[in-house]
Amino acid sequence: MDKCIACGECAAKCPKKVTDTFNAGLATRKAIYVEYPQAVPLKYAIDAGSCIYLKNGKCGFCAKVCPTKAINFEDKPVAVTLQVGSVVLAPGFSTFDPQKLDTYQYSQYKNVITSLEMERLLSATGPFNGHLVRPSDHREPKKIAWLQCIGSRDINRCDHGYCSSVCCMYAVKEAVIAKEHSAEPLDTAIFYMDMRTYGKEFESYYKRAEEEKGVRFLRTRVHTIIEDRNTQDLVLRFVDDNGKLIDERFDMVVLSVGMETSKELAALARRLEIELNADNFAATDCFSPVKTSRDGIYVCGAFQEPKDIPYSVMEASAAACWAEADLAPARGTLTRTKTFPAERPVADEEARIGVFVCNCGTNIGGIVNVPEVAEMAKGLPGVTYVEENLFTCSQDSQEKIKDIVEKKGLNRVVVAACTPRTHEALFQETLRDAGLNKYLFEMANIRNQCSWVHSKEKDAATSKAKDLVRMAVARTRLITSLGQPTIAVEPSALVIGGGIAGMTSALGLADQGYQVYLIEKEGQLGGNARSLLTTWKGDKVGERLAEMIARVTGHQRIAVHTGTSVKASSGFIGNFETVVSGVSGDKVLRHGAVVVATGAEEYKPTEYLYGRDPRVLTHLQLDQAVAAGDPRLASADTVVFVQCVGSREEERPYCSKVCCTHSIKAAIRFKENRPDSQVFIIYRDIRTYGQREYLYKEAREKGVIFIRYGLDEKPEVSDKGDTLAVVVRDHVLGRKIELHANLLVLAAAIVPRDNEALAQMFKLSCNSDKFFNEAHAKLRPVEFATAGIFLAGMAHYPKPIEESIAQAAAAASRAAVTLSQESITVEGVVSHVQQFMCRACGECERACPFNAIAVQEVEDGLRAAVVKEALCKGCGMCAVACPTGAASVRHFGDRSVLTMVETAFAAGN
Amino acid sequence: MKSDNSRKVQGSVMVVGSGIAGMQTALDLADSGFYVYLVEKAPSIGGVMAQLDKTFPTNDCAM
Repeated sequence: MDKCIACGECAAKCPKKVTDTFNAGLATRKAIYVEYPQAVPLKYAIDAGSCIYLKNGKCGFCAKVCPTKAINFEDKPVAVTLQVGSVVLAPGFSTFDPQKLDTYQYSQYKNVITSLEMERLLSATGPFNGHLVRPSDHREPKKIAWLQCIGSRDINRCDHGYCSSVCCMYAVKEAVIAKEHSAEPLDTAIFYMDMRTYGKEFESYYKRAEEEKGVRFLRTRVHTIIEDRNTQDLVLRFVDDNGKLIDERFDMVVLSVGMETSKELAALARRLEIELNADNFAATDCFSPVKTSRDGIYVCGAFQEPKDIPYSVMEASAAACWAEADLAPARGTLTRTKTFPAERPVADEEARIGVFVCNCGTNIGGIVNVPEVAEMAKGLPGVTYVEENLFTCSQDSQEKIKDIVEKKGLNRVVVAACTPRTHEALFQETLRDAGLNKYLFEMANIRNQCSWVHSKEKDAATSKAKDLVRMAVARTRLITSLGQPTIAVEPSALVIGGGIAGMTSALGLADQGYQVYLIEKEGQLGGNARSLLTTWKGDKVGERLAEMIARVTGHQRIAVHTGTSVKASSGFIGNFETVVSGVSGDKVLRHGAVVVATGAEEYKPTEYLYGRDPRVLTHLQLDQAVAAGDPRLASADTVVFVQCVGSREEERPYCSKVCCTHSIKAAIRFKENRPDSQVFIIYRDIRTYGQREYLYKEAREKGVIFIRYGLDEKPEVSDKGDTLAVVVRDHVLGRKIELHANLLVLAAAIVPRDNEALAQMFKLSCNSDKFFNEAHAKLRPVEFATAGIFLAGMAHYPKPIEESIAQAAAAASRAAVTLSQESITVEGVVSHVQQFMCRACGECERACPFNAIAVQEVEDGLRAAVVKEALCKGCGMCAVACPTGAASVRHFGDRSVLTMVETAFAAGN
Repeated sequence: MKSDNSRKVQGSVMVVGSGIAGMQTALDLADSGFYVYLVEKAPSIGGVMAQLDKTFPTNDCAM
């Protein structure tokens, strides 16, 4: 594998075509292949089940053409025994195979595809390069239908009673993207049962899709698909809201297939002796959502329950957090840090540049005339050594470069090869091995930018390669060594908020050995959880909360400050200094990281007689009443729940996520205590995602009656003396009905706290709903854009306990990455400000996305911009914004960049 | 596998699966001082996310 340079000669010669599973079976690939162009590692692999040589002992073309002799047919699988302290299972999911459902004729009708096939059809690297065509005739479709809940929420035909959680959103996304891909207007229709767009920013995406993009949403199930044999169009038969049977013709149908655990994975779980639940997902409890039934084995992602990317990422970090806590004493015992020789000072030397020109096998050399490029380089000013390599990136080449740097006294190196994105770090390490500063290096990309894109014009490719090398050398003459200062890290964290999330983060860090300051503005720990009865799985919140509080207050490395809030904070990652103010006055804390876990609160409704009639309760009030043994609950003959009170409305467009499950759990409790009582849930969409769906089913089985309403016709509540009258239009009967309730429970929204002061202090941003913004919705769900500050719990978005805990443990894990370092090395490519040119206008501060530059008083009466190098990513936004040229980015100063431009124009060919 | 005091705690972790979750676990562990064995049955890492075209709500390229 080390020898493979991914030139692709082998696959070009391989005679065996097989189905391309990466493209969901929509295309073919060779028996020797890489899955996709960006694959890591970018190494060709042989599909042993299809390879002609491995099956019959004949062929072997690939080995004959391989320029590096990387192919070894004798390679055999070997069993390796590893001694590890912990295991994390992240094996993912399989998509449901719709062949099992004859209604949809997936294997018979070519234009019925799965949602994963649709992803590949839409992808620029897919079988049609992102050109949206239907499989049967490669014609552009004009009408596409998505059918939801294929292999989910279905126990009649596929034994998957759970909701797969992600399909509603991906279907909306595919419909929107498909419309964007289509040159002609494209009609898209999504056939669904409940739209479950419960995540952060999901509901607004759904609304935009419907209102702005014109995606149609039809609440019905398609019961038959008939293919027109001549056109291969598909006729969908369904019953609409008014009970009318409708036939509608589409060009294509996408089946929104759910997630499941494969048989092989279930077998692996049995071998590992971990418990699975009835749906073959790893069994966990809400207070330890990533712990399997076996100590030391953790689980994350869709193998725990179907879930989307951000929650998979959160659980992944949470699993790391708890594994790190288990193994904390052994931290650093098996890892090694590489050491380098002392750097040679080169500032006083004339430039002595070495140029290494790579052939990349035939990848560059087959197109670009490499000897000619090398010959040209020899004549460039400052160049003292030039060499051609078959592969400049190979291990022996690194040794050679190091040798030559030392022998020839080179003080700068240019490699003309592939892209710095993949190879710069490797060559920089070689320079450091040779005693040179890593910034004395430059790459010219003569593969991607020359031989690849101009493969049919060899002369032009060669000429461009020469230009690029000339430009690189000209710039290299001007580059200098850059310092990379290190800053010591304070191995402690400040956790703001003492609810479930804050306490979980505090424990996660303290169990790993770090000092934690946990501050809570209320007089006691616990937050919203103090009012909650049970999790959806039935864990008793009160008991578990008490255990957690006891562990936090008894922990030798957690200092709890209740009745305390943050007053001021300064500093940056690794070195914060925060003033907290509590009953005993102000206190200054020094810490290396911050976790913001300030939570959210229940909305105070303004409608449905709330606050005016004592029989109208919110969720938290209901839970408190149950806990207090309120006699009104047992005597209530009729209980009515109203969903989405304050959520999914114009003022608060997001879904509060937890309310459907909470209402249903409470409704079941009423039915269990008094089966003869009448319980109604008036809802808009039931969003019991994942295995919470079973609660919905149980509630219906127990006789809870669900009535749907729309925003245009909200239920009306009036006081009738003994009872509350609730008038609502029943969606089945099509007429208004009046319910007489003894208790009315409002599923009140979850609203953010006033985060303004904290946001100002730590320079954090909030979304339009006033919840804190994470750094990246998918890949960095627990950190802020400002380094060293992390986010957990409902301050991020409404969520149930198990998700708050996963996110909080994840925040602890991410913070531990910083706290486990003795010091932070600052990158050399950072911004710097020439003070005498700065007029303190603050443009740079406004432009900086990382809060790394700010105008401050530098000496008495003199204000200027100052760069916090530890936070700077070297993006150059400040340099662009600066009107005087005072701010610039090291290594990319005007002079070294403009020299390249001048050289390009002066090339003279 | 109850913790056995007579045996030394290993500073290494095996992560099974290298999709978005497995990679994140591996990065967190390795970045904070633990040796990681990342086990994957496919020839390259990345899992299902690599197959996706774009991701909502930002419509970012999944790759």
